[in-house]
Amino acid sequence: MAQNQETKQNPSEPKPCLSGRGITKVFGIGNKATTAVDHVDFDFNEGEFVSIVGESGSGKTTLSKMLLGLISVTEGEVRFQGQPRDISTGAKRREYWKNIQPIFQDPFSSYNMFYKIDAVLDDCLNMRGYRNASKEERTRLKDEACGFVNLKYAELTNKYPFELSGGQMQRLMIARIFLLKPKILMADEPTSMIDACSRATILDMLLKLRDEVNMTVIFITHDIGLAYYISDKVYIMEHGKFVESGPAETVILNPKADYTKRLINDVPKIYEKWDLDTVARK
Amino acid sequence: MKNTIKQVFHSGKFLVGFFIFILILIICFVYPLVVTHDPLEMVGSGNFYKPGTYVSQQEAVLDPFYTLNIDASEGKLSLLLGEEEIEKMKEYLVKYAEVAESEIDTSDPEAMVELWQERYDPELKAKGLTSAKRKSYRRLDGEIKDAQKSADLIIAEKDSETGELEEVKKIKGTSFVNTKDILNKRTFLLGTDNFGRDVLTELVAATVVSLRIGLVAGIIATVIGLLLGLLAGYVGGLVDNIILFLTNLFTVIPSFIILILISYSVGTSARGVMMVAVIIGLTSWPWTTRAVRSQVISLRNRDHVNLSKLSGHSLARIIFTDILPYIASYVVMAMILQISSGILAEAQLSMIGLGPATTRTATLGLMMNWAMQYAAHLNGSWWAYFPVVIVIALISFSLNLMNTGLDQVFNPQLRD
Repeated sequence: MAQNQETKQNPSEPKPCLSGRGITKVFGIGNKATTAVDHVDFDFNEGEFVSIVGESGSGKTTLSKMLLGLISVTEGEVRFQGQPRDISTGAKRREYWKNIQPIFQDPFSSYNMFYKIDAVLDDCLNMRGYRNASKEERTRLKDEACGFVNLKYAELTNKYPFELSGGQMQRLMIARIFLLKPKILMADEPTSMIDACSRATILDMLLKLRDEVNMTVIFITHDIGLAYYISDKVYIMEHGKFVESGPAETVILNPKADYTKRLINDVPKIYEKWDLDTVARK
Repeated sequence: MKNTIKQVFHSGKFLVGFFIFILILIICFVYPLVVTHDPLEMVGSGNFYKPGTYVSQQEAVLDPFYTLNIDASEGKLSLLLGEEEIEKMKEYLVKYAEVAESEIDTSDPEAMVELWQERYDPELKAKGLTSAKRKSYRRLDGEIKDAQKSADLIIAEKDSETGELEEVKKIKGTSFVNTKDILNKRTFLLGTDNFGRDVLTELVAATVVSLRIGLVAGIIATVIGLLLGLLAGYVGGLVDNIILFLTNLFTVIPSFIILILISYSVGTSARGVMMVAVIIGLTSWPWTTRAVRSQVISLRNRDHVNLSKLSGHSLARIIFTDILPYIASYVVMAMILQISSGILAEAQLSMIGLGPATTRTATLGLMMNWAMQYAAHLNGSWWAYFPVVIVIALISFSLNLMNTGLDQVFNPQLRD
């Protein structure tokens, strides 16, 4: 997948899409206060594939939830397309959410298990303003979105989420993003619950999304190897702080922070062992 | 859904509870179709008639009789002579009739009666034999003579002109009447209560009313508890604090005391059956609220809820489509318990006289209250309260069993 780095769209002047200054999140008060995210600064440019890498508990998901507007920001300012983000009322929040959408880690809990999967796609169409479109038009759009992620809408319609495999569910989540076409995609470890085969397909689809609609993809992962292959920019997060950031190659080939070095050292071992296991089983 | 129901009906506990409950319901529906008497009709004009079949005495006498070669005095003696009477006879025989104690066989009533007739002297005046004692011995003697009587009874009519009695019919000791010939008879399987009402018919009617009270109270409590719990859990913040404050307030003050105070202040005239149900419902929601709230809190940060939020859904839609279905099974279980505790609360309230102030309907609690006020437990009229206790216990037992069964189905950790 390394060849994808060549497809990097390099406009002469990168336009910042989402940026943050001094973003902090503190849970609890007094003695029990825990700082999950500690004064982080970042600039995510339009059409960039950004990875945020860190181990469990480093504050990646908290940061993503703040950026999504699901939890409040304790301190600091989030800027969206150069303007301070305003999500104070329900209507403004809904407007903001047209621009930023997530893919969650666990596809099994991302669906309401009491509703057929058509409901998820229908919601997207309603959000995009196809509320009054004809049934044929809606079916065509849903079919197109499923085709984008190599699924057949005809086979999925009238099914419940639990009738799908994990990979199918996660691909359907991507189809949802394809329908919504937000400016920013917040992918919070979308491949960690998926087997290696499906993982490659899903990453490929994320890159395709970025290329086709110039989407900013914020990819959160604990796997620094994966981040190296697919991202333009990498942010390394440790205990709620960004310890290192920059273009993927610079950060990973010439790491400066000890934490980054440790992360890089940790990865290959796991991979070798994994490979050996697979061979032995065959 | 179909699968869940199938699973529920595989749970033994649920099935047993369900079976008992349905049986009670069937009896409640079918019994009034078969027995169409007014459940509160006062059939007897006295207190607490024993369970049994009652036949019209007049008809029994006037109906044609058949002579059977069976001695009608059979068994009467042993029925009459209890331990107390035997003891009394023995005391007299030893003390005043100078019979040696060894000669008396207390286990053979017939021999004792024979001895008694031989030695008893109503005119005897002995030391220590007070007139009260003498009278009581005389009464005993009379009873024994009555029981032994096999002489004919005579039915006589008063001549309207002369005022003389005229013999109409003779009834021998061996005269029997076929019960089928007697038209006016009534069977009270559970006797009558203090107002002379058939307890069984009343009990069935009372069970229906009590179940209705439980249902109304349970629905009210569950709806209030559910709405407040959903709001507090999902919205959080100030709303949560206010609702939690209210809930804690109601939890700390025993709801039974609130129940008593409301019942009392509403006044007798307004306290109908439904009013009591509403009062019970309005005081028993707090624990449903707390339970629902805690379930919702664990649900509100799930991915599918976040996704729904990000899809721009309204608060009401998220609560009712993304959260409520996930706790629906729990709410059903909570409602079953609320119904059961509603029935118990009505019984408790009525027991202390604060239940429905009505004489037109019976409830299980009111039946207990009447039985208690007329001292059924002191005069041994078990049939007036014991069946009521059993019905209350069966209802709450079956509902709780159903709840436990459901719990095991919906909570895999409890499955064995």
